[in-house]
Amino acid sequence: MHPAYSVILFTTASGAGYGLLVWLGVLSAFRVLPADRWLGFTGLAISLALITVGLLASTFHLGHPERAWRAFSQWRSSWLSREGVAAVATYVPAGLLGIGWVFLERTDGIFALMGLLAAALALVTVYCTGMIYASLRTIRQWNQPLVPWIYIALALATGGLLMLALMYLFGTTRPWFSILTAALVGVALLLKQRYWATIDSEKKTWTIGDATGLGKHGQVRVLDFPHTQANFVMREMGFAVARNHAEKLRGYVRLLAFLVPGALCLITLAPSALLGTLAALLAVVAAGVGVAMERWLFFAEAEHVSMLYYGRPAA
Amino acid sequence: MTCLPTHTERKLGLVIDLDTCVGCHGCATSCKEWNTGGYSAPLSDTDPYGADPDGAWLNRIHSYEVGDGADSRTVHFPRSCLHCETPDCVTVCPTGASFKRAEDGIVLVDPDLCIGCKLCSWACAYGAREYDPSHGVMKKCTLCVDRIYNEHLAPEDRVPACVRACPTGARHFGDLGDPDSDVSKLVAERGGFDLLGAFGYKPVNKYLPPRERRDARTVATDKTPQKQKIAAPTTAIESLFSWVDRALSR
Repeated sequence: MHPAYSVILFTTASGAGYGLLVWLGVLSAFRVLPADRWLGFTGLAISLALITVGLLASTFHLGHPERAWRAFSQWRSSWLSREGVAAVATYVPAGLLGIGWVFLERTDGIFALMGLLAAALALVTVYCTGMIYASLRTIRQWNQPLVPWIYIALALATGGLLMLALMYLFGTTRPWFSILTAALVGVALLLKQRYWATIDSEKKTWTIGDATGLGKHGQVRVLDFPHTQANFVMREMGFAVARNHAEKLRGYVRLLAFLVPGALCLITLAPSALLGTLAALLAVVAAGVGVAMERWLFFAEAEHVSMLYYGRPAA
Repeated sequence: MTCLPTHTERKLGLVIDLDTCVGCHGCATSCKEWNTGGYSAPLSDTDPYGADPDGAWLNRIHSYEVGDGADSRTVHFPRSCLHCETPDCVTVCPTGASFKRAEDGIVLVDPDLCIGCKLCSWACAYGAREYDPSHGVMKKCTLCVDRIYNEHLAPEDRVPACVRACPTGARHFGDLGDPDSDVSKLVAERGGFDLLGAFGYKPVNKYLPPRERRDARTVATDKTPQKQKIAAPTTAIESLFSWVDRALSR
């Protein structure tokens, strides 16, 4: 599948934004974070900016962005529509939490409830994003039960890294949160490793013989494409990354999205506040690059069944 | 509404004969010509007369080689939307632009509601939906919904443009939900099949397989001479006719 940069930007930025919102909502509700105006403002501003930039980016690849509002209507059948509804609904409790935290310096009572509600809706939104891909039976590498959980794990991990950096910048650190974030990064790595192992070992289901129905007459080979030039379907679904390149890129993803941020989380436990802050900030940068690469690879490794008609032997 | 109808009154669709299709691309050309002026017009092209032409087509003709050596054969393979009974291309649509009609089962995109997100093309197993970048919306076969019910056209023209254009009669149109229709009988008689049937989208369009080949190995040939040998000319006039016959036969 063709990796559209707008979709990569959308899913990584909004994933981190929703992940940060989960932590802001939960940690403020349970008084782990102080009801400090500037912490609340900075945290919610970063989170909502990432979410908003992501949502806007996702409309860049539309043919008619001005009609994007119509996408809220089909939540009964479409995961994309459900994602849109959940994404917009999340703004309401997040905004109310912001009013309490920033203007009233209160995160208790109703505002604690709003924090927890924002966290829940943020998780629902990320789950919907994952299900947009996981529900497509035409793409074996996406149609995997692990896919939405990897989206959630990566959102919580990248959001957790942002939260950790904010805690260091505002001097409200908790050693257990460094360990929790490192553990989340570890869980995300395990899920991703499991995912790669599954898509590598699974047998391909469909052949060019099944697609054309001509398999029983013998080996099917392409003699002529319909047209001399590549078409929309070939460009959109036919994008493929070479196996050895994918292997190399997976190595970079393991390093940048997981191993480096995980190790840096543990370095934040060092007694020096300056070192801790630097490590937390570096972890955010490494994970940002790593998760963007992970998302690119998620598209580039995905093979669409319609490519059988264009000569791919199996999918 | 992108929820699928539980039942359609009719199942209009095509039956495509892979035995008789000669791969002339006449159906694709006729489709393009009709649909660039019909429902969801235009069917845009970019650089159509240049070095790198590109454009949305609702019907494309592949050519495959099947089998090996003396048993190999060329099969021309027209591919368009199959108007599936349970397709995900409809249900994934976030806006309600993609829909399946309860009255005849035709799957359509409303060009005024489509936001051009392309998700439906990802959900189609057959690569039948093509995005039109000039129009910013998704295009697909309409089964010529603007021809088949069009009372301004002569009755024989109220069929999809591809069916009307096919010079070898390889394309048939009708109600595949009615077991007594001509198309259903043809499917039963010739062993029509679904593309990727096990995938589960339940395509309405059917394909007829290439017939068993007929050659020296499968058909007993008649060894007796086909025609009487003509006696050698004896007169000058017979020689002249004989020469004319040879000259015209060259």
